[in-house]
Amino acid sequence: MSLVLSSYIQLGGLTQTTENLEENGDPIEGEPLFPRKLPGIAQQGKAVYADLGCVYCHTQQVRRPDYGADIERGWGKRVTVARDYVMQERALIGNLRIGPDLMTIGERQPDANWHHQLLYNPQIVSAGIPTKPSYPFLYKVQKVDRAPSPKAVVFAPDSMYAPEEGYEVVPTKRAEALVEYLLSLKLDYSLPEAKLIEE
Amino acid sequence: MSHSSQSNSKPAKVDSTTLVALGEVDRSLRFPVLFFAVCAVLWLIVANVLTLATNIQSYQPDFLAGFSWFTYGRLYPLATNAMLFGWGCNAIFAVALWLIARLSLSPVRDGGMLIIAGLFWNFGLKLGLLGILIGDLTPVESLELPGYATPILLIAYALIGVWGIQAFLTREKKTVNVSQWYILAAFFWFPWIYMIAQFMVVWFPARGVVQSVVSHWFHSSFLNLWFTPIALAVAYYMIPKILGRPIYSYSLALLGFCSLIMVGSWNGMVSMIGGPIPIWLSSTSSVASVVLLMPVGVVVLNLLLSAKGAFAEMWHSLALRFVLFGIVSYLLAGVFESARAFHSVSEIVQFTTVTTAYHQQLTYAFFSMILFGGLYFMVPRLSGREWPSVDLIYLHFWGSFVGIIVVVFSLLVGGLIAGTQMNNPEIPFSEITQSLVIWLKINTIGIICLAVGHVAFIVNFFWMLAAGDLVSSKQGSVVLESANQEGVSS
Repeated sequence: MSLVLSSYIQLGGLTQTTENLEENGDPIEGEPLFPRKLPGIAQQGKAVYADLGCVYCHTQQVRRPDYGADIERGWGKRVTVARDYVMQERALIGNLRIGPDLMTIGERQPDANWHHQLLYNPQIVSAGIPTKPSYPFLYKVQKVDRAPSPKAVVFAPDSMYAPEEGYEVVPTKRAEALVEYLLSLKLDYSLPEAKLIEE
Repeated sequence: MSHSSQSNSKPAKVDSTTLVALGEVDRSLRFPVLFFAVCAVLWLIVANVLTLATNIQSYQPDFLAGFSWFTYGRLYPLATNAMLFGWGCNAIFAVALWLIARLSLSPVRDGGMLIIAGLFWNFGLKLGLLGILIGDLTPVESLELPGYATPILLIAYALIGVWGIQAFLTREKKTVNVSQWYILAAFFWFPWIYMIAQFMVVWFPARGVVQSVVSHWFHSSFLNLWFTPIALAVAYYMIPKILGRPIYSYSLALLGFCSLIMVGSWNGMVSMIGGPIPIWLSSTSSVASVVLLMPVGVVVLNLLLSAKGAFAEMWHSLALRFVLFGIVSYLLAGVFESARAFHSVSEIVQFTTVTTAYHQQLTYAFFSMILFGGLYFMVPRLSGREWPSVDLIYLHFWGSFVGIIVVVFSLLVGGLIAGTQMNNPEIPFSEITQSLVIWLKINTIGIICLAVGHVAFIVNFFWMLAAGDLVSSKQGSVVLESANQEGVSS
């Protein structure tokens, strides 16, 4: 119990701050505050991430340089610290990596269409990963109605996974929100206690 | 607790009044306890099927894909919750209530209320599991049951727990037995840890990583201060009872009990070593994990010394065979956990299936096996009938024996390989998952062996309940070998 209580006392008061601090330790006025708040649609996407149980295979934390190879693997440019999660009502840090860490997936894969392809059918973009489930129920396969939908998932011209001629794969609201959330996952700011490692 | 030594040191001849009182206790608890036992075995099968399904999904992602209810991320928490709250808690209610009433020589009045409370518990759990299926889950390991289902569980537990405590308070027998300490402590611990976890994670979530800290604390407390003490209570009861000899040392028992109570809830943050939490938290947990070797070692030593020279007899008694396996597994689980606390080990095994292997070792190889032994011992005494088939008991034992060893081994080796590869940035991630698949497939074999054992168990169980007098005492000497020693060191 004391573990829980003291962690609450120590961490409960953490707030957003600026990348650098005044000499007296206060945030510098006028500079942007980090970590950022999630935009609304990404917030909805996070709920999708949660209710599909993504957290059972994906972590969202980067370990420090001398502990594991997270940074060498390009999963982040610095270690994650408690403050990175203070804006989150639900911290999905996870504890199993059947899939890769997703703390910075928005930086690594900024292309929304890539994410849609992966979720619709993982074979399209990551053939050979035998453990990744597909989420076809997040997509609608529908007949092209006069003009193709601007949101439809784009397939490579000779893709064997593309829908039949005259049909298209359109993400549902849930899929759009989820991808928006994944794109928002970035660790591109410094905190006073954890600076980005320059390459 | 000051008189405990007497109850364990001298197996007295049982007088006839004690026998009558024991009979009365058994009669008063017959229906509620059998009800919990039936629920427990049904949940066990459900959990087994779900575990098999998620395991197949883990390398065959097309299996049951296409419908959000059955996606891996929902079936997986479904399986673990059915195992922990369905099988685990119902088995605890059955065996622990019976033990504490029996040890207190205190018949339970109004057992019907217990059945109602049990119905609520299982209803709340079903509602919660349905909630997980439709996507209402709390995405925090072992606290997934949605916030609208858990109050039902807590209220149901209050009714069940009160009955156990009541039985203890109205005890006829003033001496207190080691098993009673453990059961009482566990009955107080569980609502406490569960309530705090509900408040801080589910109902009014603390922001950021504090909830991760709480959830890891809850998970380790759930195992160390709820599952573990009950399993130890069963072992401390059955070994002296069936072998007809006292516990080896009262002081060792006391030392083991107190040290578990002190450090049992401290080791949760081992899984978060190097994580985004203050270092002192994970360091404290690392130390606690190693200190935890003391209660584990002391208890295992005490139990094995109590059975010294009688291991053949222990192996021969089918109920004690399960208990013996559980005790050895407890020692291995303790070593396992303290190894995980070292940074050099944790650097490799963190975030791999090694963590799952450890949980299986503790919840199945230790806890479940001892509870199986408890049920094999208890149910004939309540139903007044013998187990219809000894072969099915053998099949259960060997199915579980082989199954859990294969499960733990495959997750352990698969996790070690994956962890080593993960720390080598030259190896692409896809290669890591590919080499993990073979171990996940071996895991399937283990789960199927477990399923064979469980089917044997459930067939035997319902056969006994349904068969009436046809099979009563046909093989009287197999499990009820100490029937003529009722009350020895009870």
